[in-house]
Amino acid sequence: MATLKELTSNPERLAGGHRLCAGCGASIAVRQILLAAGDTPLVAGCATGCLEVSTTIYPYSSWRVPFIHNAFENSAATVSGVEAAFKGLQRAGKIPANKKMKFVAFGGDGGTYDIGLQSLSGAMERGHDMVYVCYDNGAYMNTGIQRSSATPMGAWATTSEVGKAQQGKQQRRKDLTSIMAAHGIPYAAQASVSHWRDLTTKAEKAFAVEGPAFLNVLAPCPRGWRTASNQAIAIAKLAVQTGFWPMFEVEDGVWRQTVKVPERKPIEEFLKPQGRFKHLFTPENAEFLVTIQAEVDKYWEYIQKRCACEG
Amino acid sequence: MVDQKTLAATGNSLVAEAIRQCNPDVIPAYPITPQTTVVEELAKFVAQGRMHAEYINVESEHSAMSASVGASAAGARVATATSSQGLALMWEELHIAAGMRLPIVMFNANRALSAPINIHCDHSDIMGARDTGWIIMFAETAQEAYDNTIMAFRIAEHPDVLLPVLTTADGFITTHSIDRAEVMDDETVAKFVGEYVPTYALLDTDNPTSHGNFAGLAGPYFEFKKQERTAIDASKPVIKQVGEEFSELTGRPFDLVETWGMEDADIAIVVIGSTAGNARHVARDLRTKGVKAGVVKVRVFRPFPAEELRTALKGVKAVAVLDRSESFGAEGGPLFLEVRSALYDLETRVPLVNYIYGLGGSDVRLELMEQVFSDLSDIASGATAPFGLTYLGTR
Repeated sequence: MATLKELTSNPERLAGGHRLCAGCGASIAVRQILLAAGDTPLVAGCATGCLEVSTTIYPYSSWRVPFIHNAFENSAATVSGVEAAFKGLQRAGKIPANKKMKFVAFGGDGGTYDIGLQSLSGAMERGHDMVYVCYDNGAYMNTGIQRSSATPMGAWATTSEVGKAQQGKQQRRKDLTSIMAAHGIPYAAQASVSHWRDLTTKAEKAFAVEGPAFLNVLAPCPRGWRTASNQAIAIAKLAVQTGFWPMFEVEDGVWRQTVKVPERKPIEEFLKPQGRFKHLFTPENAEFLVTIQAEVDKYWEYIQKRCACEG
Repeated sequence: MVDQKTLAATGNSLVAEAIRQCNPDVIPAYPITPQTTVVEELAKFVAQGRMHAEYINVESEHSAMSASVGASAAGARVATATSSQGLALMWEELHIAAGMRLPIVMFNANRALSAPINIHCDHSDIMGARDTGWIIMFAETAQEAYDNTIMAFRIAEHPDVLLPVLTTADGFITTHSIDRAEVMDDETVAKFVGEYVPTYALLDTDNPTSHGNFAGLAGPYFEFKKQERTAIDASKPVIKQVGEEFSELTGRPFDLVETWGMEDADIAIVVIGSTAGNARHVARDLRTKGVKAGVVKVRVFRPFPAEELRTALKGVKAVAVLDRSESFGAEGGPLFLEVRSALYDLETRVPLVNYIYGLGGSDVRLELMEQVFSDLSDIASGATAPFGLTYLGTR
């Protein structure tokens, strides 16, 4: 794995000056992942969303690599087409047979967990040599903080409101990383922008494998999480330390926990600094908090078991 | 003219053959009745090593067109095929393919749209794509389906055009009937279509470009749309030119609008696709009885051949436009609306009536054509057209 010094000497492929918010987890994730790709020629694709609209405002582009945006639900299918073109043109002798390339598709959780799930599943099943990166900020942030299937239980969002009859999102979040691992792809992992070394190592592995790889990266959104811009990394770290966001990888079917958490902090520590959970800290919601903790425990134990059995 | 081989084959088989001969680099494919045998035959060609194309077994038509967009932007020649619900599922992507100016070629087996579900021919699916920015070609026969598909690559990839092309044939009627057709050899077709040299390719990593940028902050979006309009208008002379070259090569005539008996016709039917043959058959019979009947077949629907239709229909005493699809709530079917709009510019009004026929594969018997011509004769001899729109052949 590349050292920090090596990583920093790799080309910066996402130029500064884009219009993403200060403290946006998505730009941190993209920058670190692209650094981990080294200097191999690369094509990037992106689903409709904050990342796309903020980095490609015509006539500008922040992408120093060939870039394609198609629509919301089809970043995976689109990049699978780019990868197929590379193979087809290589077979036709129009691209040198020894040329190596990498292909990466980005999407937010709305574009990945929800509307893009079919497109992603298809691309992973077909075995394209590509990396799919979900930057998970737990809601449709680009349209103004609407609930997705990645939104944590209890979170306020503009379509999972807080009122007399309902206290934010009632359902648990979808475990997308396990779903992707169940595709039997060579590499799937869950990472966080708060753990750069872990993230870049996983990105390096994802790019290195032949065939499809999936990275689910926790990427705080200060605007949607109702936090200060300078708190993004600290809160992402709490997500890991509370076990809300277990850090693991599934390499050729072998599950492994990459960041151990010997003593998990209570989930409140992750929830409390975020305005989207503030309604949970009232006496009426004490029981809901217990349920949320139980859900976190259940998921944590599930991941622990998978990693213990197979890793 | 080149030597050609005469075959007995289905429309779908000939479309697959044409696609193979045009040598695409990528084929994203998803099966749907009655397009399925096209993607099956292409899969066979790929498995046999007769095509270098990368065949993508996408999980839906939406992904078929999404992957087509990715592959075409990457710099590949891309072909695919669909029908009905599949085309409808692609709707979003059809606009994107055209808006990104990607010369994708897609075959559509024209089929009814649900509900109720129906697998047979009408033009509801393809007419739903009429404002997506694609060039749209119709075939009457399997031969025309083969010919249109080959011409489509030349048209799409022309530097003045750079737009996707839909070539179509009527589901089952043309896609599954075995018909006589002449095919060229591989070398002739390859030479005719030439090699695709993309202008901005994603895979040109030394010159990185961004595709599909955000143009949502006033201004540029409107300019891009104007360029799209300019491009589809510019496609008309290109289609004519390519058609002429194709005719010279094959000896088969081609035009955006093809006419029969229109030199002196008093009454005429305007029609699209496989029904043109039925209309001509009846017109020919009527001619033996002294009725000056004619038929106008629209082979290219986008860009719409308004000028050609004005020329063909000028001075005709009564015209029936036959629509195999609905535009519910409008004053007629899509073809009727366009034809009437085109004829508005004529100084003398041409009496025009509209028939909706053959939806969901409803049989288009010769008697129906006879009925239409009979109505037209009445109108031509002074009867007031009692109708604007008629459902032909329903109870």
